[in-house]
Amino acid sequence: MSAPRTLYDKIWDDHVVHQADDGTCLLYIDRHLVHEVTSPQAFEGLRMTGRQVRAPEKTIAVPDHNVPTTLDRENAATMTEDSRIQVAALDKNAKDFGINYYPVSDVRQGIVHIVGPEQGWTLPGMTVVCGDSHTATHGAFGSLAHGIGTSEVEHVLATQTLIQRKAKNMKVEITGSLRPGVTAKDITLSVIGATGTAGGTGYVIEYCGQAIRELSMEGRMTVCNMAIEGGARAGLIAPDEKTFAYCMGRPHAPKGAKWEAAVAYWQTLFSDEGAHWDKVVTLKGEDIAPVVTWGTSPEDVLPITGVVPSPSDFTGGKVEAAQRSLDYMGLTPGQKLTDIKIDTVFIGSCTNGRIEDLRAAAAILKGKKIKDGMRAMVVPGSGLVRAQAEEEGLAQIFIDAGFEWRLAGCSMCLAMNPDQLQPGERCAATSNRNFEGRQGRGGRTHLVSPGMAAAAAITGHLTDVRELMVENA
Amino acid sequence: MQKFTTLTGIAAPMPLVNIDTDMIIPKQFLKTIQRSGLGKNLFDEMRYTLEGEEIPEFVLNQPAYRSAEIIVAGDNFGCGSSREHAPWALLDFGIRCVVSTSFADIFFNNCFKNGILPIVLPQEQIDVLMADARKGANARMTVDLEAQTITTSDGESFGFEIDPHRKHCLLNGLDDIGLTLEKASSISSFEAKNAALRPWA
Repeated sequence: MSAPRTLYDKIWDDHVVHQADDGTCLLYIDRHLVHEVTSPQAFEGLRMTGRQVRAPEKTIAVPDHNVPTTLDRENAATMTEDSRIQVAALDKNAKDFGINYYPVSDVRQGIVHIVGPEQGWTLPGMTVVCGDSHTATHGAFGSLAHGIGTSEVEHVLATQTLIQRKAKNMKVEITGSLRPGVTAKDITLSVIGATGTAGGTGYVIEYCGQAIRELSMEGRMTVCNMAIEGGARAGLIAPDEKTFAYCMGRPHAPKGAKWEAAVAYWQTLFSDEGAHWDKVVTLKGEDIAPVVTWGTSPEDVLPITGVVPSPSDFTGGKVEAAQRSLDYMGLTPGQKLTDIKIDTVFIGSCTNGRIEDLRAAAAILKGKKIKDGMRAMVVPGSGLVRAQAEEEGLAQIFIDAGFEWRLAGCSMCLAMNPDQLQPGERCAATSNRNFEGRQGRGGRTHLVSPGMAAAAAITGHLTDVRELMVENA
Repeated sequence: MQKFTTLTGIAAPMPLVNIDTDMIIPKQFLKTIQRSGLGKNLFDEMRYTLEGEEIPEFVLNQPAYRSAEIIVAGDNFGCGSSREHAPWALLDFGIRCVVSTSFADIFFNNCFKNGILPIVLPQEQIDVLMADARKGANARMTVDLEAQTITTSDGESFGFEIDPHRKHCLLNGLDDIGLTLEKASSISSFEAKNAALRPWA
């Protein structure tokens, strides 16, 4: 009998093409997702060496990072010249190399990490890579998914493999159930708050426990999405009946006998009893509160009921970093987090741009108006999420409240397109990074869940969403 | 890829922890379809004012460090996005080696694909190197990849670990894709086996 293995061990073992004596492995890649920003140099490399894409049928491209999200985006004048060149390059590369493609004009276009699962490209037990760090999202299906650089994009295009060394196994268990008003976003931020942004470096994390099992697939994607912010190579959640139900009937999911065979295989994808963990972190679900970030690192996490910390609360290099964060964010130690005024709200991104996220925000906004002078936008994660939200009446709730209702893309998460903060503007964002300048030079970002973002839009300051839930109940 | 054998050069001290890829190269410079030309925008928002004037306090703007080839950095250097524009910008500026207690995984990988050597050392040794880097342009450090050592201007030497495959590729300037394509038959036989085992994939 073989030794007990983790889920990561099992997926890894099933994808090793070659192992060198020094332990370096060649890992087979089942799905390669491609977007316009990190791929042009890779395709150029193929052209210069006369190489082909080895498995175009396993390669999927979609422009998302710098496409405008305004309703007039088909008008080329809404794009800067360099953005237009990048998107045109992806159009051409997809055509020349014969890969699957969802152009800007296609209703299925959206953020690559939302499109992959939505179209059934992402399935349990697969290896998935993309030239984007938030590829970790796909781990929610029990697929080994991580970001790669452009040289590795070229390597995967040419060989359908990646040179890898195996990471260590880390288990993050969330026991019990979440309290009302607490979401997947609060779980993932709380884990980073507990472990730090380098706490997962060198590991693949498997999230488990009752609170994880109780999450929907959308929530699980939110949790895995931010594994990278904790430094981990990837985040994983073992597939279960919810996973299979989500995948069934998707355009690129298997059908008939192939579906049956796939489910039988997927049911073997769990960590065995007695498997070895190099690191274990446990949080109690009922201890997790709605959280918000105060600083410029995703580890700067506090419950919304807290106060802005002082640099003297930290040790080592973090003292200087905390002071720098406070200066950048324009905050004073001891200030209540709920006293922090907000002028911009952004709901969207690969972290929180799915239908469930829009439902959560709309539930808070229903029948309410955003604060005077507030700039608020919702950017659905894909054209299909957008269409579904319109069908469910969510779009109208956002519009009536005073939100801009946008087309799909990465938008203000990384602000490569025109959706940006001005210096000194302060945003409650459902995205994943609060780095200096992330949403625009001098812009200040507080990471929150969709419900918390909606609450801040109404009150004009960071707000405990649970207070508005009482009002709406 | 440019080979990396030995390097003797100026080291810039950057003790800040969590220097992220948005700091190294902000997103407005990711719209290029080339690898070159990013050096002038390396650390753009820390290095220039909104009006584009140099900020004199920033380390790489100081006369002693304008031609630095090594960075000694705080913990978790390169965290954040997968953008290879970060190592491209470092390389284009002239940085060939970064030393820290830890690096983010994707950035670490990306360095090796571009002839940049990231070195991981314990905090006490980083402290010594940081103090040496603060001495300025006359204090040149030496990195010897073959011997796996980094030596301060005072001659104090520390050994470092490196994956043998990566060391081999850096020393010889080897292209990974070429090496992998030598194993094309292994990839083909894996694909055949996989098509039977996991036909849906």
